[in-house]
Amino acid sequence: MELRRFTQPNKPTNTTTVSNSEIAKWNILDRPLTRSRDELALSTFSFLFAEAVQYLQTRVQQVSELEDKLNQLGYRVGQRALELLYFRERINKREIRIVSILGFIRVQLWKFLFKKSADYLKKVTDREDEYYIEEEEPLVNRFISVPKDFGQLNCAAFMAGIIRGALDSAGFTASVSAHYIHRAESSRRAVSIFMIRLEESVMNRERRLAG
Amino acid sequence: MLYTLFVVNKAGGLIYQQNFSETAAKLSSNDYLRLASTFHSIQAISRQLSPVHSRFGFGIERIETDTFVLQAFQSQTGVKFVVTASPETKNLKNFLRRLYELYADYVLKNPFYELDMPIRCELWETMLQRAVEDHQRASS
Repeated sequence: MELRRFTQPNKPTNTTTVSNSEIAKWNILDRPLTRSRDELALSTFSFLFAEAVQYLQTRVQQVSELEDKLNQLGYRVGQRALELLYFRERINKREIRIVSILGFIRVQLWKFLFKKSADYLKKVTDREDEYYIEEEEPLVNRFISVPKDFGQLNCAAFMAGIIRGALDSAGFTASVSAHYIHRAESSRRAVSIFMIRLEESVMNRERRLAG
Repeated sequence: MLYTLFVVNKAGGLIYQQNFSETAAKLSSNDYLRLASTFHSIQAISRQLSPVHSRFGFGIERIETDTFVLQAFQSQTGVKFVVTASPETKNLKNFLRRLYELYADYVLKNPFYELDMPIRCELWETMLQRAVEDHQRASS
């Protein structure tokens, strides 16, 4: 097959030298932390995330392991995102109650990461230590269709990891997992929920603060 | 009215096929595969027949007959979108561009899709359906 039409005419290469300060401008590590937010194209993120999922797939045996790996990946993001958010927004108040930290994650952290707050924060009715954040269409799942043989895998496990990382850094150790919920009444796509189960030590502290 | 859509990979293999209408010709899946690769080859040959060598042209873009038209679009990476429709159907070119966009979004950004393999993505199906309905509405 002829591939000639794909090749572009040779452009003259740019030979001007680049100064160090210009390189520094491109290097993310050399930028000041206070810099106003940069937005990233959704496509760029989606390709990177798809690549990450593909890479992790080669390193696991089972679907549940893949979910764990995604969660771990998000954990690191969550830790850093919380730190950066506090720093940039100059927040001096530290949340110590469960509902307020969860609200903070739902609104501020979500807006910081995804430019919108999460749809709902709800409490599991018959459990004291369980909450869930509901999101109709998580950003990371925008272009992802999970094949049938992957069962209930939800790639938003990455976002669950972010929540876990942020909660952990804030002193609320918890386990967070992402699930699909099928609403029978609507034929639309399944919504995702992030199930948050707080650890016993956190609950004890909460009881002390409440009492 | 739209009849049938073929998506052909750069090697001439059929990776997606769907009928949009009851009146579309129904063939066996083997015949669809054969049709796709035949068209792929004809297009490649037609490119060489051209008296002028164009860097961007990809050969046959449209075939018109009494009973249907066939419109083709090829991306820079060699993926072909081919649609057949009734002769009076308009805007087929735009429709195929729209499909290319959907393919780039919902197929290529899906980590569970393997390049050049048959497309089995739920979201692609949904969005494709929507695009077809939009096209139908716009042209009716």
